[in-house]
Amino acid sequence: MFSWDLLANALVAGVLLGGFYAAVSLGVSLIFGLLDIANIAQPAFVILGSYTAYVLNNAYGVDAILTGILLTPVFFVVGAIVYRVYYGSFERRGDESLRGLVFFFGILFIVEVCLSLKFGVDYRLVQAPYIGKSLDLGGGVGVAYRLLVPCLVGVAMTAVLYLFLGRSFYGRAIMAVSQDGVALRLMGADPIHIKTIAFGIGIAAASLAGALLVTIAPVVPSTDRDYIGRMFAITVLGGMGSILGTLVAAIVLGIVESLMATFFGPSWSLAVSFGILLVVLAVRPAGLFGR
Amino acid sequence: MKQLRPWPMTWIVVAVVVAVTSVGVWSGARAADPIKIGFGMALTGGLSANGKPALLAVQIWKDDINKKGGLLGRPVELVFYDDQTNPATVPGIYTKLLDVDKVDLIISGYGTNLIAPLLPIAMERKLTLMGMFGLANNEKYQYPNYFQIQPAGPDPQISTAIGFFELAAKQNPKPQTVAIVGADAEYPQNALVGARELIKRFGFKSVYDKTYPPSTVDYTPIVRAIKATNPDIVFVASYPPDSVGMLRAAHEVGLQPKIFGGGMVGLMFTTVMTSMGSLLNGVVNYDFWAPEPTLLAVPGVKEFLKEYQARAEKAGVDPLGYYLPPYSYALVQVLGQAVEATKGLDQQKIADYIRATEFNTIVGKVKFGKNGEWAKGRTLMVQYQKISGNSVDQFRGPGKKVVLYPDEFKSGSIIYPYAAALK
Repeated sequence: MFSWDLLANALVAGVLLGGFYAAVSLGVSLIFGLLDIANIAQPAFVILGSYTAYVLNNAYGVDAILTGILLTPVFFVVGAIVYRVYYGSFERRGDESLRGLVFFFGILFIVEVCLSLKFGVDYRLVQAPYIGKSLDLGGGVGVAYRLLVPCLVGVAMTAVLYLFLGRSFYGRAIMAVSQDGVALRLMGADPIHIKTIAFGIGIAAASLAGALLVTIAPVVPSTDRDYIGRMFAITVLGGMGSILGTLVAAIVLGIVESLMATFFGPSWSLAVSFGILLVVLAVRPAGLFGR
Repeated sequence: MKQLRPWPMTWIVVAVVVAVTSVGVWSGARAADPIKIGFGMALTGGLSANGKPALLAVQIWKDDINKKGGLLGRPVELVFYDDQTNPATVPGIYTKLLDVDKVDLIISGYGTNLIAPLLPIAMERKLTLMGMFGLANNEKYQYPNYFQIQPAGPDPQISTAIGFFELAAKQNPKPQTVAIVGADAEYPQNALVGARELIKRFGFKSVYDKTYPPSTVDYTPIVRAIKATNPDIVFVASYPPDSVGMLRAAHEVGLQPKIFGGGMVGLMFTTVMTSMGSLLNGVVNYDFWAPEPTLLAVPGVKEFLKEYQARAEKAGVDPLGYYLPPYSYALVQVLGQAVEATKGLDQQKIADYIRATEFNTIVGKVKFGKNGEWAKGRTLMVQYQKISGNSVDQFRGPGKKVVLYPDEFKSGSIIYPYAAALK
């Protein structure tokens, strides 16, 4: 069944899927990779982003992705508040390991239950003029806009976050707090303030990823569970805290899934993807771009 | 020694009158006692989107029957609890219903997983059990007093696909090659087993037969792989998110077999229909009910839908109610007719009557057969036609989900091939 155009299509589809996976995983990379906080509730904020995009799209016809972008400041504030509660209740007392995990599990379930009570468990979809259409690249290769737009946004999010962390004052402070919070305090900066900003950015990224998700596929409150494994796997594969590594790992996983689905049967997709993760970690325990 | 004074005749008469009056009063109270029907229902959790409309349908039946004077001259009362779509709650709920609430009759909640833990309870207490949309629950138990309202028929594995492949085989020129694909989950696997059997039965050639994990995000690689095999027929057995993903991907990739669809769960849900809009055109898919003249002609169904749709918004449930509610109503219709006919609440007599009788319900004639399933399967095959835009109102009338199979309910002709319906 092999043909070159099938291969080209599989590669293109894999890259597009990877761009989306990167968007979903960036927040985890920031919060788990850099701040070392095992925020299990991250997928819940992705779904919360999906539902806010759905509500505005359904009520006012606003594009889901535009909604996601516009609402990032709101989710930034939500993220900052969540971190402050987490810090005050657990991190400050040194209880963050297990009790903190339970705290985030609690948030995950509360968000899921609240969404179920408000919206029920019907599948929610958004409408956009580009959904269901594709761009012909020639040579039998086509690109679905539904995947192209989220991929471009995902790559743009990666680029912005990469530049922010490398070039801006706060970005460098986040990198510094990930390495040595005490040293940062000696420099006169407040690591808790920096962590609050980083956590807020991570949650804002998750909400925007949620808007991308609902553009690609229908969601229900429990959809978040499908993404927990992928998000953390991509973060670890890319190298803890490496934003560029997250993008590369996401694209690798996307391409593997796509190639397996095209040529060997979709059932193997996830098994092979996680097999690759295990092999990479065996050879390079810090991940592809980890230090 | 003091002699006991014999009762004067007056006192004897008074005692007799009081006794007779008491019996009269007691009988009167019994006659006014409601007949309680108990059940658990998925009002929250994964199946609540169907559980809540099912409850509304049963409540409408209760109101209808009470307006007519109830059952056996007694009003009907529903006693129900939220099973949270959690099978673990079912034994507790039904034990309370039977031992504390003292219900007279039980029906199941919605769905296979919620019926499974209830069947042993019904068997132990020798109760008649009406099942609401359970797939092959009674295959192992073979409990004679269980009856199930989903019209899957005696062979549930082929019930989804039989109409699809029968239709395909009738087309001229007859399609030759088939691609089948489905999720790695219970229902799709069963449907694919049935599809493979039917492919052999009708002499088609299978060119693609694969499954995918339910957590798949992008379906375009799968659809491209199917397109590369150039099949005449594409049969998909999927759950709602994959149904949407497969259909969108088919449009994006330009997959245009001669017939497309089959066992795609979710396409008939109102939220999905309105969101997908014209992308649904041409898809031939299984269904249980559609607002077509052939099905609307069944007595009582129009009145039921009018009442359901009037109450749906307030109840916050599916505004159309075409998928499950008519069958939920029919389920209690059967039970009610059996109670009236047997003139009592004897569980065995009710079960014997249900087993032996053909019932007139709002979904048509219902006769139960092997394992309490419908004696003859009646899963519809419909084709989505001439859908434009995303308005919910277009789905209220006929012509959008045209019934193609079975012949007794056929309401229009197939647009063939699939590409012709897309124009």
